[in-house]
Amino acid sequence: MLAQSSPAAFRRLFDEVGTVDQVGVEERVAKYATRSIKKASKLKGLQLAVSMVDLTTLEGKDTPGKVASLCRKAQRPHENPGVPSVAAVCVYPAMVRAARRALGADTPVRIASVATAFPSGQAPLKTRLGEVRQAVADGADEIDMVINRGAFLAGEFGRMQDEIAAVVQACGDAALKVILEVSELETYDNIRAASFLAMRVIREGDFIKTSTGKTSLNATLGNNQVMLEAIRDFYLDTGIAIGMKPAGGIRTAKQALQFLIAVKETLGDAWLTNERYRFGASALLNDLLRQIEKERTGAYQAPYYFSEATESY
Amino acid sequence: MSRLPVTKTPKPYVGGAFIRSESGRTFPIRDAAGEFFANIPQCTRKDLRNAVEAAAKAGPGWARRTAYNRGQILYRLGEMLEARRGEIIDTLMRFGAAKAAAAREVDATTDRLIYYAGWADKYEQVLGNVNPVAAPYFNFTVTEPMGVVGVIAPDTPALLGLVSLVAPVIVSGNTVVALASEATPYPAVLLGEMLATSDLPGGVVNLLTGFRKELVPTFATHAHLRAISAVATDEERQAIDLGAAESVKRVRFTAAGPDRAWLADAAQSLYAIRDFVEFKTTWHPIGA
Repeated sequence: MLAQSSPAAFRRLFDEVGTVDQVGVEERVAKYATRSIKKASKLKGLQLAVSMVDLTTLEGKDTPGKVASLCRKAQRPHENPGVPSVAAVCVYPAMVRAARRALGADTPVRIASVATAFPSGQAPLKTRLGEVRQAVADGADEIDMVINRGAFLAGEFGRMQDEIAAVVQACGDAALKVILEVSELETYDNIRAASFLAMRVIREGDFIKTSTGKTSLNATLGNNQVMLEAIRDFYLDTGIAIGMKPAGGIRTAKQALQFLIAVKETLGDAWLTNERYRFGASALLNDLLRQIEKERTGAYQAPYYFSEATESY
Repeated sequence: MSRLPVTKTPKPYVGGAFIRSESGRTFPIRDAAGEFFANIPQCTRKDLRNAVEAAAKAGPGWARRTAYNRGQILYRLGEMLEARRGEIIDTLMRFGAAKAAAAREVDATTDRLIYYAGWADKYEQVLGNVNPVAAPYFNFTVTEPMGVVGVIAPDTPALLGLVSLVAPVIVSGNTVVALASEATPYPAVLLGEMLATSDLPGGVVNLLTGFRKELVPTFATHAHLRAISAVATDEERQAIDLGAAESVKRVRFTAAGPDRAWLADAAQSLYAIRDFVEFKTTWHPIGA
């Protein structure tokens, strides 16, 4: 049984935004694994993926020192000059100052901060908004917020949207990424519906994001596809281009390329940029570097030739 | 009533599972009489890559076991071979060995496992050392496993050659990715079945079947392999040496030699273990 207490509200919403053919989606994404991408196009894809990484450390044991070394890695992931810097570092609000100190003001690497009582979102709205304002004041360029899943599952869509809209205001110039936490939404229909509710209140250039990475089920090709199609349908309706960020569970270069194939085949080249697509990941970057080095040298590389993944700093 | 024939699909043992090549390719092998025997997976460099990942994953757990336990497990592998002695002899005969020679090879293979099983908790006493130093320090040298080691087995003897190279490498806690005999790969497939029932953790020994020409260059250059133990032609030796120099890995070549050389006691030695360990020397201050 779904944890929905208001079936009528959901029915109305599904009628409005449409539902998802689950078998169709899963069959479609299974095909992405069969695309053959080799040599120059593979290298290009790997470099693109590096430039899309939100290099993340979200742990209780984060320290300013750890964040500083994360920032250095974000700016210069590898000695090979062909490797671009990553899109952003993603840290807790308390670490935003440390990240800004490490990166300086003039840097292509943006600072993203999870705010709004990440990962549960279970704090009073006032507290959550205060957290957002503080993170922006400390120098965050982007805010990753979690939606109120409780409100969504209870059918209180207005409340969920009002909260997102309040966070949009608190963000000011900072870009917003709205985390749906798909593993707690339970069905593809709900993921699509929640995507639409969020997209209606955020601005062009903002993102929707799959998950916090703190629950058992994270980004998969399936829920990525559902959200990409929601973005496509929303764009065709309104002309507003929303970005997408899968997060959690993407650990290998091979997976990253499959996600990029999904973007290319669903939204087209316009979304193949880090302004519209990101990977929330910590271990992924090292595997991308390893595969880029494999393409350059022709020899399979050992993992210990690359710096440690951020989770093991 | 006549039965439909039930034939086995030979699959090499990688990461604790019996796999087909990711490429889906196979090559046919014939027995000594020229009859079709089976299609053997033709493993590719991607299969090699996957096998190295499996071996790397299994490494720490295998190295953490006590030496005594590793010895027990190698001994148990010997027991598995002994239990299926008749089947292995029949297999070797089917691929051209005379009955007496096949029996000699199988027995020597089992004995080789028992030999290295015995060394498991003893080589450290011989290779490790307390070193005399002219200062108030306790100075000692101990061995540590290297990591993932590549093994390239000779064409003959197909079973004994493979086991002679693999056993001394795993006894010290290394894990192995091995390329089986190209001419007679089936005994290695059988060995995989015995590995699977011998308490050896999955991924410690990974066996690939396929063509040397395709796989030897990747063995040579793969940076995650810390060493290679090979029986190789002059041309292959050059490729292995070049690749090993690039990725800084240790190489130990064993001469191809006739079967009787592999059967001899001289073919087993503590030095085969020593060549695949790292030595660590520690200076420890002695209290006043």
